[in-house]
Amino acid sequence: MTDFDPVELKRIRWHSRRGLLELDLVLERFLAQRFDSLSPAEMSAYKALLELPDNDFLDVVNGKTDLDDPAIMQIVEILRAI
Amino acid sequence: MGVPVRRFDAVIVGGGGAGLRAALQLSESGLKTAVLSKVFPTRSHTVAAQGGISASLGNVQEDHWEWHMYDTVKGSDWLGDQDAIEFMCRKAPEAVIELEHFGMPFDRLENGKIYQRPFGGHTQNNGQTPVQRACAAADRTGHAMLHTLYQRNVRANTQFFVEWMALDLIRDAEGDVVGVTALEMETGEVFILHAKAVLFATGGAGRIYAASTNAFINTGDGLGMCVRAGIPLEDMEFWQFHPTGVAGAGVLITEGVRGEGGILLNANGERFMERYAPNLKDLAPRDFVARSMEQEVLEGRGCGPNKDYVLLKLDHLGPDIIKQRLPGIREIAIKFAGVDPIKEPIPVIPTCHYMMGGIPTNYRGEVVIPKGDNAESRVNGFFAAGECACASVHGANRLGTNSLLDLVVFGKSAGDSMVEYIKNEMPTWKDLPADAADRSLARIARLDGQTNGEEVADVRTAMQRTVQARAAVFRNADNLSKGVTEIQQVAERVKRTQIKDKSKVFNTARVEALELENLIEVAVATLIAADARKESRGAHAHADFPNRDDEVWMKHSLYYGDERRLSYKPVHTKPLSVDYIPPKERTF
Ligand SMILES: Cc1cc2nc3c(=O)[nH]c(=O)nc-3n(C[C@H](O)[C@H](O)[C@H](O)COP(=O)(O)OP(=O)(O)OC[C@H]3O[C@@H](n4cnc5c(N)ncnc54)[C@H](O)[C@@H]3O)c2cc1C
Repeated sequence: MTDFDPVELKRIRWHSRRGLLELDLVLERFLAQRFDSLSPAEMSAYKALLELPDNDFLDVVNGKTDLDDPAIMQIVEILRAI
Repeated sequence: MGVPVRRFDAVIVGGGGAGLRAALQLSESGLKTAVLSKVFPTRSHTVAAQGGISASLGNVQEDHWEWHMYDTVKGSDWLGDQDAIEFMCRKAPEAVIELEHFGMPFDRLENGKIYQRPFGGHTQNNGQTPVQRACAAADRTGHAMLHTLYQRNVRANTQFFVEWMALDLIRDAEGDVVGVTALEMETGEVFILHAKAVLFATGGAGRIYAASTNAFINTGDGLGMCVRAGIPLEDMEFWQFHPTGVAGAGVLITEGVRGEGGILLNANGERFMERYAPNLKDLAPRDFVARSMEQEVLEGRGCGPNKDYVLLKLDHLGPDIIKQRLPGIREIAIKFAGVDPIKEPIPVIPTCHYMMGGIPTNYRGEVVIPKGDNAESRVNGFFAAGECACASVHGANRLGTNSLLDLVVFGKSAGDSMVEYIKNEMPTWKDLPADAADRSLARIARLDGQTNGEEVADVRTAMQRTVQARAAVFRNADNLSKGVTEIQQVAERVKRTQIKDKSKVFNTARVEALELENLIEVAVATLIAADARKESRGAHAHADFPNRDDEVWMKHSLYYGDERRLSYKPVHTKPLSVDYIPPKERTF
């Protein structure tokens, strides 16, 4: 994770706190199981995902909608499976 | 080394629906207004509200604010203050239409008027027939409200301090509120925000329970800050439970599942609701179903290795109905319960949903506490609104969709009161006390210096288990008194929590430790207030005192954290303009 400075990683962790319990639960597992081993590209994709409004984010995680960016969809697939 | 000070006319802690609505009144009247939020405002928990916001617009069927008022008083089981309830219900139509004018995208009827949905507890003619009173923006009402209000605030030049966590309330020697201390998460610095008036709109504290529908952010910070500053908390024994949260996760399974024919089973495979409610069975009112479920668990007929949940069975409906009429439920069950409801039942338990109690206010949003002979003396410079406040409109039990209404009506009312107070009574700032930041700095220093302490997560879990086991849906004297002892033991452990990461910048471990110090105050208040109330009213169902006792107990509790003691104050029985609605049996 050389491309992300530690402060940035902590910020991303905090941004994983959401307004919806469903997302908190999924992202809590993701942070515990996968976050530390993400590649820089994957981390960027996750960061972009966190920019979504909560309801849209949940629709994506629940499989109701997909996103265009294949790199982001890779992270989405992890979140869907977790 | 001095703590840096920033000055504003008004400081608002909380960027959810209540905080944003109040901020708008202040900014639009030209006052310099700061809004602090732990997260980006539109990610506040208000975003979770789907059901809607109530107002007697009468767009679908005839409706009147007096009927809304009756439903709210009855829902509150006569613990709500009738002046505040009248105020809210009368203002509701105007508050919703104002949101519409602000650009909130409500669902509409063909004639262009706002569409209204049916919702439990909303009736015509004082309880006679159901009425459609809930206004919604699809299933994203809270989201739409937050975005609408946020945009308006940006336009009005409200200053946002995002990812700032308020730590403590600052009161001067006279007890007046003159600001807050706050932690800028980005830098780890502590600041003093010096203000002529402060509003708390910090939301709920549902995370004191192990089973909660609330997101992780609902840690009752405003309430913890009040307790530490000597401000009492009102009616903390009253928490609303939703019957069907996924066991172990909390995620809501909507009532619609039982509406479509889903049934609840105990460990013996018995459809136990037939025993408790022979007519309505699984569709009896929320609090009744929740109590019946808990009774099964208490009597040893719960399911699973710990016998602590019941099962919601829907496989008999068949895959087609589940997929067509209950979209999303299968995904939720698979994801959060690990079961496919087409084949297996979903483990569910009554789950904490809403905090009826909170910071004592009047309908003007002013924080009021007992002083001498006056049961409700104003704390100068201090205001509260939203779920953290107790106005009290929800009394012992909240009516669905009345919370979003509470946010905008009392958010605005508190904002107006602050503008008046600042303009008429506060030409300049009161001095900060010399020790303004000491308490907050000491809390942080304690965490930084703690050795041989316990993990925050472990102590938080112990707190949640205690509150869940001792003060959930169905209460009894023995359980509550054990709970009072146990939760105070947990409170001692909170004083010795330890964090490994002592860095300053974006230290979320520190934030969580500070949040736990707020949660525990709420948890102790809940157990002590619940233990003391020897009756059953609304959400407080006491097995040893199964009836409501208006003679002795029609009164609000006030919990003081310094001595962990209670006092009481009368319920307001005088509405503003209409006749008092006298108590009746709450039957459905
Ligand atoms: C799943 C769910 C569904 C619901 N559906 C409905 C519904 O349909 N209709 C209805 O009327 N009600 C509903 N409710 C209840 C309603 O959503 C809440 O009561 C309401 O949104 C609370 O709003 P608020 O403005 O008081 O607080 P919140 O929206 O919770 O906002 C609190 C704010 O305070 C900030 N904050 C907290 N502590 C600090 C601190 N120390 N420093 C700085 N900032 C801080 C937070 O960052 C946040 O901005 C629902 C609740 C849940 C859980």
